[in-house]
Amino acid sequence: MDYGRSERPAGAAPLPTAIKILIAGGFGVGKTTLVGAVSETRPLRTEEVLTETGIGIDDLSGVEEKTTTTVAMDFGRITLSDDLVLYLFGTPGQDRFWFVWDELALGAIGAVVLADTRRLADCFPSIDYFEGRGTPFVVAVNCFEGAKQYRLDEVQGALDLDPEVPVVLCDARKRESVKEVLITLLEYAMKLREERRRAVGD
Amino acid sequence: MTGQGETAEHEWVDDHAGPVVRPYAVTGGRARPVTGTFDLISLVTATRAEVGSESGLGPEHVAIVGLCQRIQSVAEIAAHLDLPVGTVRVLLGDLAARSLVQVREPRATPAGLPDDSVFEAVINGLRAL
Repeated sequence: MDYGRSERPAGAAPLPTAIKILIAGGFGVGKTTLVGAVSETRPLRTEEVLTETGIGIDDLSGVEEKTTTTVAMDFGRITLSDDLVLYLFGTPGQDRFWFVWDELALGAIGAVVLADTRRLADCFPSIDYFEGRGTPFVVAVNCFEGAKQYRLDEVQGALDLDPEVPVVLCDARKRESVKEVLITLLEYAMKLREERRRAVGD
Repeated sequence: MTGQGETAEHEWVDDHAGPVVRPYAVTGGRARPVTGTFDLISLVTATRAEVGSESGLGPEHVAIVGLCQRIQSVAEIAAHLDLPVGTVRVLLGDLAARSLVQVREPRATPAGLPDDSVFEAVINGLRAL
């Protein structure tokens, strides 16, 4: 029997599983650089157009009746195997777009909070968000040239983190460095799952 | 990037100005897809090599089918077509309702997360990169 050339056999090749990791941190900390360091394509940008209702406080003094807002997210893709694709999403920097974060965080296996020691406070909102949601996260200190090097335990203390949360140094421009950060996150996320399962089983 | 010296008028015409057609014009004013939820990382593949524009489909529908000859996530479709994600969801709903695309929602346990085997596969995959 001859099938039309334009028809693909249904379900011939099962679609891969897709998973996502979020890359958060303050503006200019290097989120898109980090995504680009491991992505197989240059980072892509996707946009959500939001209507003004439901968006919290917005300083639009002098701007009349703004009805829509665009939230942009940069992301990259890593095809890990024929049946597994990893997406890295940079979270929108503006704190007021929490509901976009909620959509991004749903089903995410974890998050990397990228920190700059010169502006450590910039990553507080991300840390608060992931702690509140119970999303596993690691803090990756991006080693900017010219920035004073802090010991990791100093950063941990300054961020008031649970001592379990991994804090690692990284160079967001380097593929190997970013790979290590992602692996640290996945191992930590697995450990947390195991602990939570045990806690439920007790 | 737009140089600081440029006027606001010039900024309107750079890439960040977005599509010329307003997003909801593409969907005929619809904000919700007729079927499906379409997570950002839902994977989409076309079930046909091409579709004509005869069956009430717009050029954006046709473009999605063309793009999804290779597997794409919803986020990638939106980025490549330079359309907002919400618009792409509506268009994908139309295509899914006509069985012109196959969609795989992210695999998740009832708790909303992938199972352990996925974590291990990701770690191994990253190490092998």
